[in-house]
Amino acid sequence: MLRLALKMLFGDHAKYLMLISGITFATLLMTQGAALFCGIMSWTYSPLRNIRADIWVADPQVSQVNDSKPMRDIELQRVRSVDGVAWASELYQGGNQARMLEGGFKFVTVVGLDPTTLAGAPTEITEGRLDDLRLPNSVILDEFGVSLFSDLIGRPIKVGDAFEINDKEARLVAICKSQRSFTGAPFVFTTYDRVTAYSPGQRKQLSFILAEPVAGKSAEEVARQIERETGLKAFTQSELLWSTVIWFIKNTGIPINIGLIVFIGLVVGIAISGQTFYSFLLENSRNLAALKAMGASNATLCAMVVLQSLAVGFIGLGIGLGLVSMMGRLVLRLNKVPFLMLWQIPVAAAVAVLFICTLAALLGIVRIVRLEPAAVFR
Amino acid sequence: MNSTPTFAVRTKDVAKSFHDGVAETPVLRGTQFDARLGEMMLLVGPSGCGKTTLLSIIAGTLAADAGEIEVMGQRIDQMSTAAVTKFRSTQLGFIFQQFNLIPTISVAENVSVPLLIAGMSSRKAEDRARELLTRVGLGDRANTRPGRLSGGQQQRVAIARALVHNPPLIICDEPTSALDSENGRQVMEILRSIAGDPGRCVVIVTHDNRTYRFADRMAEMEDGVIQRVLNSPAEIAEAYGAAVVH
Repeated sequence: MLRLALKMLFGDHAKYLMLISGITFATLLMTQGAALFCGIMSWTYSPLRNIRADIWVADPQVSQVNDSKPMRDIELQRVRSVDGVAWASELYQGGNQARMLEGGFKFVTVVGLDPTTLAGAPTEITEGRLDDLRLPNSVILDEFGVSLFSDLIGRPIKVGDAFEINDKEARLVAICKSQRSFTGAPFVFTTYDRVTAYSPGQRKQLSFILAEPVAGKSAEEVARQIERETGLKAFTQSELLWSTVIWFIKNTGIPINIGLIVFIGLVVGIAISGQTFYSFLLENSRNLAALKAMGASNATLCAMVVLQSLAVGFIGLGIGLGLVSMMGRLVLRLNKVPFLMLWQIPVAAAVAVLFICTLAALLGIVRIVRLEPAAVFR
Repeated sequence: MNSTPTFAVRTKDVAKSFHDGVAETPVLRGTQFDARLGEMMLLVGPSGCGKTTLLSIIAGTLAADAGEIEVMGQRIDQMSTAAVTKFRSTQLGFIFQQFNLIPTISVAENVSVPLLIAGMSSRKAEDRARELLTRVGLGDRANTRPGRLSGGQQQRVAIARALVHNPPLIICDEPTSALDSENGRQVMEILRSIAGDPGRCVVIVTHDNRTYRFADRMAEMEDGVIQRVLNSPAEIAEAYGAAVVH
C-alpha cells in the first residue's frame, strides 16, 4: 500500500510538482537566508580568523573585534607581566585609504603586527615571503585586495608593485589568503612600528594586545587573570567571536531582516505545501473513501498520507539544499556575497520541512479519520 | 452462526436516521432484507427511498441505529469498527457507480488494490490482477491508465477489482447508470455469470430497468421499507415485462 501511495503521488504530476516546488522554494529561502546571515556574521569577526591568537586584550569599553579604543603602549608591558602569559605582542587595527600610483583609491583595514615576532601574521601566504615584511615600507595584501586594486588600475597587481597609504609608500612583498571583512575593506598587513607612518597621527594606537597562555594553563584562565591584574578586558578567541556576533545582532537590523526572510520561507512552505497537499487529499478523498470501503484501515491510509508528505518534503528539501549549495559555490567564487553554510543550517531546514510535512500530514490524517467509507456510495 | 450460510445477507428491523443538526430524518424504518448465495438480488426503488443507505449498512460502511445485520453468517452490527473493516476486506467486493478507479496508477495496479490491502506483495497481487483482467476481456490493457479506457471498460476493471480477492458477496451501487446500453448489457452479463457461482451473491442497487431481466430476485423499496419482493425471474418478468436472460 505504501508503494501505491507513492504511485498515487508521483502520478499526479501537476500536484506533485507544485508540492515539490513549494518545499524547494521554502528550503531555498530558509537556508539561503540562514547561510547569508552566517556569512555576514562570519565577516564581522573576520579579523579573528585572519589574525590568530588565543587571547585578545583590549580597552574595557571594547565589546567586539571591529571596535577600536586605543590603549597606551605601556599596557603591553603590564600584560606581559601577568602570571601565566607566555608572550604578548602589540596589534594595530584601523581603517585608512590606499591610493594607487596610477590613481584611484580603496578603503583598507591596516593591521600592524609586532615587528620582531610578526605574531598574528596571516597563515597562508600565496605569493612572496612573510619575512620580507621586515623590509622598509613593505606590506602584505590579501587576495581580495589584489583583485580590487587590479580592477582599479586595469592590470594585475603583483609582488613588487607599490601604492600609497597616507602618502607613504607601501610596497607589496607578499600576497595572502584572508577572510572578507564586514566593511568590505581588504586587509593590509604591516609592522606595528610602520603603522605610525600609515595611520593618521594620534596619541595612542595600540588596538589590541595578542597573548598566549603558558603551557598547562587555559586561555580562559589566563584571560581572567589579565583582567584582574590590569583592569583591561581580555577575551579568549571564542569569547571575542561570540561577543562580536552578539554585538551585531543587538546593534544592527541584520538578524531581524534575515530572520524575516527565513520566516517568510517557512510561511511560504507551510502555505503552498499545506494548501496543495490538502487539495491533493480533497481530490483523492473519493478514492480514499473507496479504499476505506474496500477494507483499508485508518492506520494504513494515515501511513500512506504520512509517506506521501515525507516523500514530498525530503525530495523538496534535497532539491532546495542542492540549489542553495550551487548558489553558494557560485557566490563564493565571486567572493562578493557573504555565504556560510554551517552544518546546523541543513539540519534546521530538515527540521522545518519535517514540521511543514507533519502539518500537511496532520490535515490529511484528520480528513481520513473523519472520512466515512459510505461517502463512496453518495 | 459461523457454519456455511444459505443467506449471504439478512437484515432484521434495521433503522437509520440522519440528523442535520435541527431535524432528524428517518431513512430506514425497520427494514427486512435478505439475499442468498448463488443469486443476483436487485434492490430497486425511487430516489431517496433508502436503497443506498441500506446497501451501505449491509456493506458495513455505515452503522445502523437499530436492527440486526447478518452478512455471510456474521453479525456485523455487533462487531467493532476495526473488525468490520477487516471483514469487508475479505468478504466483500465493491462496484461503484463512478467506478472509483485511482487515475494515477495502471489498470492492473487498480485491480490489485484489495490484495494489497490484504497484505499480499505487489508482484503477486499484480499477477493475480492480470488474470482477472483477462477474464473480463481487458488483459491487453493492464498497463493502461484508467482514464484511457471507455466507461464500460472502466466498469469491467472495477468488476475485476471486486473479484480479485475472491469475496463471496459483491456489492454494486448503480453499476450501469454511467454506461450506454451496450456497455451496460456487457457489465450485467459479467455480473450475471458471477452470480451463477453457488458460493457467491451479487447485490445490486439500481434505477436502471434494463438490468431487471438479469436478476434472480428483486426487492422493491419505498420510504425506508421493503414493500415487495419478487422471488423469481418469472415474477420479475410478470411485474416488469422483462425478458429473462438466464
